[in-house]
Amino acid sequence: MKKNKRYWKGLEELRNDPELVKRADKEFPDYLPISESKRNGEEGSSRRDFLKMMGFGISAATLAACEAPVKKAIPYVVKPVDVDVTIPNYYASTYLDGGDYCSIVVKTREGRPIKVNGNDLSRVTSGGTSAQVQASVLSLYDKQRLQGPVANGQPVSWSELDQNVSAQWRSAGGQRVIVSYTVLSPSTQAAINALVEAFPGTQHIMYDPQPADGMLAANKAMFGKAVLPTYDFSQANVIVSFGADFLGTWVAPISYAKQYATTRKLNKNKKSMSRHYQFESNLSLTGANADYRTPIKPSQEGLVIGQLYNLIAAKAGGSAANFTKTDEIPNLQKAANDLLNARGASLVVSGSNDPAVQMVVNQINQLLGNYGTTLTMDQASYYRRGSTAALERLVQDAQAGRVGGVIFYNCNPAYDYFGAASLVEALSKVKVKIATSDRIDETSALADFIAPDHHYLESWNDAEPQQGQFSLAQPTITPIFDTRQAQSSLLTWAGSSETNYYNFLRSRWRENLFGTQSEDTDFDRFWDRALYNGVLEAEGTSLLTAGADDSSFANVGTSVAALASTINNNYKGGEGVELVLYQKVAIGSGRQANNPWLQEMPDPITKTTWDNYLTIPQSMASEMEITTKEGFTGLVQLTVNGQSYRMPVVVQPGQAPGTVGIAVGYGRNRAGKVADQLGVNAYPMASKVNGSFVYFNAGEVTVENLDEEYRLAQTQTHETFMGRETVIQDAVLAEYQEDPKAGRFEYELETSEGPKPPEDISLWHGHKYPNHHWMMAIDLNSCIGCAACTISCQVENNVPVVGKQEVINRREMHWLRIDRYYSSDEVSDAKEMEKASANPEVVFQPMLCQHCNNAPCETVCPVLATTHSTEGLNQMTYNRCIGTRYCANNCPYKVRRFNWFKYHDNEQFAAVNVAMNTDLGKMVLNPDVTVRSRGVMEKCTFCVQRIQLGKLEARKQGRRPQDGEIDTACAEACPTDAILFGDANDPTSKISQLINEETEGRAYHVLQEIRVSPNIYYLTKIRNKDQEETNA
Amino acid sequence: MVKKLRNFKDLSHITIQFLLASILLSGVFSTVQAQTDTTSAPADAGAATAAADNGIPTTPEAISEGENLFSSNCAVCHAIDAQIVGPALQGVTERRPLPWLINFIKNSQKVIQSGDEYAVNLYNQYNKTMMPSFAFSDDQITSILAYVQSASSQAAAPGQAAAGDTSATAQTGGTAGQDAGISSSYLTIILIGLVIILVLILLVLILIVSVMTRFLKQREDLDEADQELMGQRTNFKKIVTSMPFIGIVTFIFMAIVVKVAIDGLYSVGVQQGYMPKQPIAFSHQLHAGQYEIQCQYCHTGVMKSKSANIPAANVCMNCHQQIKPESPEIQKIYAAIDFDPETQTYGNNKKPIEWVRVHNLPDLAYFNHAQHVNVGGLECQTCHGPIQEMPVVYQYSSLTMGWCINCHRETEVNASDNAYYDKLLELHEAANPKEPMTVESIGGLECSKCHY
Repeated sequence: MKKNKRYWKGLEELRNDPELVKRADKEFPDYLPISESKRNGEEGSSRRDFLKMMGFGISAATLAACEAPVKKAIPYVVKPVDVDVTIPNYYASTYLDGGDYCSIVVKTREGRPIKVNGNDLSRVTSGGTSAQVQASVLSLYDKQRLQGPVANGQPVSWSELDQNVSAQWRSAGGQRVIVSYTVLSPSTQAAINALVEAFPGTQHIMYDPQPADGMLAANKAMFGKAVLPTYDFSQANVIVSFGADFLGTWVAPISYAKQYATTRKLNKNKKSMSRHYQFESNLSLTGANADYRTPIKPSQEGLVIGQLYNLIAAKAGGSAANFTKTDEIPNLQKAANDLLNARGASLVVSGSNDPAVQMVVNQINQLLGNYGTTLTMDQASYYRRGSTAALERLVQDAQAGRVGGVIFYNCNPAYDYFGAASLVEALSKVKVKIATSDRIDETSALADFIAPDHHYLESWNDAEPQQGQFSLAQPTITPIFDTRQAQSSLLTWAGSSETNYYNFLRSRWRENLFGTQSEDTDFDRFWDRALYNGVLEAEGTSLLTAGADDSSFANVGTSVAALASTINNNYKGGEGVELVLYQKVAIGSGRQANNPWLQEMPDPITKTTWDNYLTIPQSMASEMEITTKEGFTGLVQLTVNGQSYRMPVVVQPGQAPGTVGIAVGYGRNRAGKVADQLGVNAYPMASKVNGSFVYFNAGEVTVENLDEEYRLAQTQTHETFMGRETVIQDAVLAEYQEDPKAGRFEYELETSEGPKPPEDISLWHGHKYPNHHWMMAIDLNSCIGCAACTISCQVENNVPVVGKQEVINRREMHWLRIDRYYSSDEVSDAKEMEKASANPEVVFQPMLCQHCNNAPCETVCPVLATTHSTEGLNQMTYNRCIGTRYCANNCPYKVRRFNWFKYHDNEQFAAVNVAMNTDLGKMVLNPDVTVRSRGVMEKCTFCVQRIQLGKLEARKQGRRPQDGEIDTACAEACPTDAILFGDANDPTSKISQLINEETEGRAYHVLQEIRVSPNIYYLTKIRNKDQEETNA
Repeated sequence: MVKKLRNFKDLSHITIQFLLASILLSGVFSTVQAQTDTTSAPADAGAATAAADNGIPTTPEAISEGENLFSSNCAVCHAIDAQIVGPALQGVTERRPLPWLINFIKNSQKVIQSGDEYAVNLYNQYNKTMMPSFAFSDDQITSILAYVQSASSQAAAPGQAAAGDTSATAQTGGTAGQDAGISSSYLTIILIGLVIILVLILLVLILIVSVMTRFLKQREDLDEADQELMGQRTNFKKIVTSMPFIGIVTFIFMAIVVKVAIDGLYSVGVQQGYMPKQPIAFSHQLHAGQYEIQCQYCHTGVMKSKSANIPAANVCMNCHQQIKPESPEIQKIYAAIDFDPETQTYGNNKKPIEWVRVHNLPDLAYFNHAQHVNVGGLECQTCHGPIQEMPVVYQYSSLTMGWCINCHRETEVNASDNAYYDKLLELHEAANPKEPMTVESIGGLECSKCHY
């Protein structure tokens, strides 16, 4: 069975496209524009010009070299006690963006935040981060942020603004409303309440771009609380998800990924793992990690969940309900059996926003006895408490002229609310409109007054993501612009006696949380400790309450029979094309769209950057005669709700037949220079089912081929995989339990003395590593492909952003990419192949410099710019590199990146590479890492700056470095601990123990047969599938 | 030969100066020497008698212990013969009785509060600057005083000599530098003398030859061969136009041109000797040399971080709030930190001082002070040169990569008492017991030790 299985990197490869075959052996296709002028059809520069320039250049350089420029050294006037130049300081804080939460530790250098890491002390996020959290530090230095308060489009002073706002808010007739995303901060909620109390009758409305009204309504009906449960995926042996992308974008992915990964890890002592079923329409990050994935149409979702309910109820003692029968849904019966076998240790989740569907899901979990083990309502989560219905009512009220004033607290409903158009229209009838947005975005552009809030890294705040789990946010930099903490603005307008939010926050903690502990008797000590840790656990205390206005949630009965008829009415299957909205892992709802790091992060599934697009199943593509190759794709006209959009398509394996997918978060008009006019805004495409907005549209959707070519900036097809089994090695769980080496492909070379493993044959003498030997292990089983590592690496190592055109030219600079491979069984049989490709298995493989002990790049460098160190590192010396690119040509892993341009201080890249082109953006650069210039090669260094620093700290204290003290940026960022880094010469280190254990188990080298002897091990991917099925 | 490094242009000028100076100095030096010799005897005798009077020991051990204590504790604020923060201590043991001194050093505030008139006057005279309390034992204090006493008498001696008009040079730190210069200027004189002698010998030889030739020309009895030899005239034109001569000259010329060009190219970007004018005329010679203030007192980062830190203006204010407030240079510090010496208050209009960077490593090279000073145990002077003698800081070392590499090749790792190196040392001694473990031998020449 193994011999016939192969992975393919893209559809082109699967089809064996002649174009691709022709170019397969080239790293770069030959149609690259060599110079800007040639692309524009002008005559390029001639050789004579070149010689002239060279002559001028030499004389200019000679003249310039005569006098060295005078450099200034400017010390502090009064040095802060705790700041030492070049020594970083770390502050625990909290990432709060909309309703998203992460407990973090911020690294600052000379008072500038330059890196965000996870906070290990948090029980909610447990030290994990996501790409969005990693990238958020650049948003701080965004020049498109407002630099001061604005009234009617004119800059004003804060006192002037306050006077006007107070007067107008007081005199605003009719209803006053405060609109926000889900507020996770109890003190912010208190500040809002202060304003509500100061003006009785004021309403506070929360909404979310990714709403959870359905779950809230169902929980309200079943448990009397309109909140989300707290999930514990680590307790679940069987996980069934219906369209919930809980590893990527659903509710609190950082926490869930951490928990999920603990059930997926395997070692000598733990040979069991969870089984994960996913039923969904788009191939999501979560679906890509599932053991069994079944594509379903969104219009079937309610019925499929209903059928699962019936299957469970039949055995678990519930009453069956009369759900409409659908076609046979693969794996559903199997999922039901597994769930029943794992009662109390299983979990069913759904991303649906239909209260009826969510009620059925609740009933299933109830029948399985999961409440109290894998999910609990006793310690509720406070994420996503928004009510879209309340916002809808506001729009109606405003249209009717009943609303006098609105404050938009850091939210952007004119963009990310499904009914944005009607809201914009209705707002013209509202007298006073105030926004606290950090920029002139779609909503604040309509506001009379903008009181820009600080960035979260400049703010004080607190958060309660889960009942009893508190955390503090503290400023890590003096505010860059003349902004003001929005809570202070609210308190000022409320005429509160305390308008300083820091004092307000402290007094609230003194009143509410100081008493919950007995460790510290002095409040200042308690405060300092909480601030130092960043988190505080206070079991049984809760400062946030359930949904702001419970009454706005639909009433949904608990009787499944009644639900069945509702669901039967709403989910009819249907033959037409159905549109499914989703969030991308990088862009999310679009709040951080102006962050170029996130725009250039390849989507984990489609590997596309800088765009959104329509994902279509292969069957639809062949029907419409759309072919894609190497980023060349077709434009289609998508018509939804009578609106037409032109957009490119991506042919997506795993896309449910008859569905198309599109990501929200794009098509912004006023996000800033980076994001404006990228892609299409998909929010208006949502539809309503059972009174709630849902992330799909099963109504009138048509897709029409426009027969126009479009080029997407994809990072995936320029390196072919060529069917080599030494790249990906995988097995199923039963095989692994029998033999830890299951799935391993052990290559043997023919020699005159018979077949031998490549390790036994070498032309090399090898290196000695007397001191340290740095090695890495990457567990393919726990890697979920979220790309937090990619961004973390980019932040740590000053990796430039190159922009869409350069990505198209295959010149992206990421040192760490995540290769995504689809698999397909039975390659020999074309029909079987078609079937598999419709719903492939997916493997993610982080690929970075392997730091080969017999490195092919080192031998071909003519100037010794890349050499081997006595610690196992493959060193890259930029100032020696002359740019022959021999090394990149000789690298079997294609991980070396070449600086085709000078990306810093270059007009051409100023728009996208903001971190290297403005004084403000440059503040984010890591001062310990060189910014590379044009014409040099670069690649992963194993974060050598951290290794050097760690060794120095140890030496200063006269000891050896401890295991874990030195960690790479990627390993540190990983929410699932899939990457392990350490010193293999230290027998107590985790890495040396893992290698000892797993070299006769799951550990393998990629491309073992070429005997480059990498310092990175990969651990085989094990799927929890039944053995016979893969044999079939 | 510190001065040589500054500028080529000055070289000849300096040489002449040296010549003159050394001739002058040799005279001065001998007079000073003589005077010190004459005064030292009575001073010693005086100290010996004082020991009997005031209970302060005069043993060399006590004096050297006292010197250590003084330099690490007192020297920041006190000097023997100059007023820094506190008064000059010359002759303090004669001015005040020993018990008073012990009490005052242990806890000056207590003495002042007890209403001691002298102490109160002193306190008021020095702008009510508190002298911190020191937890010394009586023995330690007496040894400090012993040092002060012996230093006082030494300082007094040349001081008296200076009164006698031989200029104040003997009192300043400048003497030390010039003392060191004497031997090398002797060497120059010897060399010049030798050259003169050689030239004289040459002249004499030429004279002898011409006399001999003239003598031989007058003789008639020479044979033909000798005649021919005598009648031979040197044909310079022929020599100059001969191929070998042109070849040799061209070769030498080309070799010089190539050498100059290569040297010129190698020195592009090398700023050895770079001595920019600083916005404030801060003198390391005065602070580090004369007053022996520890480098770390201002350069706080040197033991713990990459950068040694250029001190913030508030560090200057630790002393200069009191010292020399009238100096125009100190006024610049006050302007930067917005300090009003009249009212002794700070304002908010602070402007950082823009020093000119002297040591400019390119961004592509990573250098960490803590590694070299703290772990490696190097002295600042190893790279920065005789910083304590520099009135204006200049770049002493070339700071080229070759210079770094060379030091890494030659320097032995400071591995003692550092558990980090234990295993490496063991391995090294097993493999190569005779050679020292140099930085190179543990990978100190690898690229990514400094470039990343």
